[in-house]
Amino acid sequence: MSEPVFSLRTSGRLRRRQLVSRMMGAVAVGAALLAVTVLVIVVVSVANRGAGALNLDFFTKNQPQGFNPKGGGILFAIVGSGVLVGIATLIALPLGVLTAIYISELAPPKLARTVRVALDITNGIPTIVIGIFVFTLLAKAHGQSALAGSIALAIIMVPLVARATEEVLLLVPTAQREASLALGVSRWRTTFGVVVPSAIGGIFTGTTLAIARAAGETAPLLFLTSLGSSSQVDANPLHPLQSMTLVIFEYSDQYDPAYQAKAWAAAFTLMCFVLLTSLSAKLALARYRKKLGG
Amino acid sequence: MEAIRTKIDVFDRDRSPLAEQRETVFEARELCVFYGDQLAIDNVNIDIYRRLITAIIGPSGCGKSTFIRTLNRMTDLVSSARLSGQLRYRGIDLYGPGVDAVEVRRRVGMVFQKPNPFPKSIFDNVAYGLRILGMRKDLDERVERALRSAALWGEVKDRLGDSALGLSGGQQQRLCIARAIAAEPEVILFDEPASALDPIATSAIEDLMHELKRDYTLVIVTHNMQQAARVADMTAFFGLEVAPDESRRGVLVEYDETEKIFTNPSDKRTEGYVTGRFG
Repeated sequence: MSEPVFSLRTSGRLRRRQLVSRMMGAVAVGAALLAVTVLVIVVVSVANRGAGALNLDFFTKNQPQGFNPKGGGILFAIVGSGVLVGIATLIALPLGVLTAIYISELAPPKLARTVRVALDITNGIPTIVIGIFVFTLLAKAHGQSALAGSIALAIIMVPLVARATEEVLLLVPTAQREASLALGVSRWRTTFGVVVPSAIGGIFTGTTLAIARAAGETAPLLFLTSLGSSSQVDANPLHPLQSMTLVIFEYSDQYDPAYQAKAWAAAFTLMCFVLLTSLSAKLALARYRKKLGG
Repeated sequence: MEAIRTKIDVFDRDRSPLAEQRETVFEARELCVFYGDQLAIDNVNIDIYRRLITAIIGPSGCGKSTFIRTLNRMTDLVSSARLSGQLRYRGIDLYGPGVDAVEVRRRVGMVFQKPNPFPKSIFDNVAYGLRILGMRKDLDERVERALRSAALWGEVKDRLGDSALGLSGGQQQRLCIARAIAAEPEVILFDEPASALDPIATSAIEDLMHELKRDYTLVIVTHNMQQAARVADMTAFFGLEVAPDESRRGVLVEYDETEKIFTNPSDKRTEGYVTGRFG
């Protein structure tokens, strides 16, 4: 019997384990690559088809009247989207921020959890369902209007604003609240005098993300604000208004390639808007978080 | 039995020339604080006197911070915290019906372990409380006075508009003191105010406390015994008691004039702690 040779080299079972480990690693990298590739393909193909139809007229003129779809632009839809998302933001921002303040500053932990779950569920409701709800509530009796569309968008935005705001409110150090409370300042003055100002950057970026999301919504708008809308600039929220997404939906369905080109151009414009706003908001949030944490 | 314990725990002011002349500000009787079912401090009896510096010393986890936070009802912020016994502030039951915690905190200010200035300008840090408490008249003068009292005026008078976060740790802590003073409290509580500071900044804070004693009643929690010996008139030693079920609770072991606590303590546990044999 000779002494077993002492060795620290890979052997037998360990070799197999390392092989499995490398394979799993490769699969994970592949999956991540695929996800990124899809994004790249979508962006490139939309840019490819949309960028060509972009010109100044596209942003500054309306669809020509009559049967000639060539030339002109979608100014009316840009204005419509602006009005829709603008009003939705005016509704969702205060509601979302106040809800966040309630959960993070005032509510007993149990209730806060319940509200948080409710927000997440609202966030998960298919937007078409929100659309049909607002439709029965408002549009059925009062007809379609941009206002009805804005309310649907606001319902979509509230949980996003609230959760993003709550996240930054929680980042504000407890020491800041204590400092204010210890001066004999009441809870709500502390919230609005110290906590909210410290979190304002985060609230802003959270809202921007929600705006980007709302700007891309189509489903609820289809039956809330599309019928009978004009293809001229109109900013009256009581009228049904066109939006970027509705234009994409309608024009892409047309036989005339001039319409289809416009649909691609609108898609490209909308995609750029959404990508740029969410990207810059996320960057700002990351920077802001670092600042608060430090 | 309880009565006897109470008698032993309360410091006998008649034999102290220091306390004799003083008005009592806080009076704790059989004060217990619970976090949920956990007893944090058990049966504390203590009188805290006006315009003296009272130090609370003791090992980690003995309830020093818990105790000081009961004095301005910061314990209210912990939802699981509960009190029993009595705590009177100038004769009024601090936790009695109709007592508003916000009003209590206006009179009993607090400076925390880690400097916690607001992310605002130096001026606004001091003015914040004044504005909200409605002391807007002569705002500039009040801010200046508070900064002077906190021995910070000379260092910041030319940059009042700068962010408070640009100050050094010691300056930030003095700013926090100025902020507390500006609200014109009667008592200022210090919860380990120098533990995050270097020795020079610490000494500045200690000098400042000696100055402030003329106008305010000060209570300081510290785990630094030299600091207690340097600044305090009265010292309370909190210790840890392990119950039969292994749970730990803070108790007030001894309370006396600082000199006595450090040179001739009556309790063996105090002696062990101040001579560095445990804790």
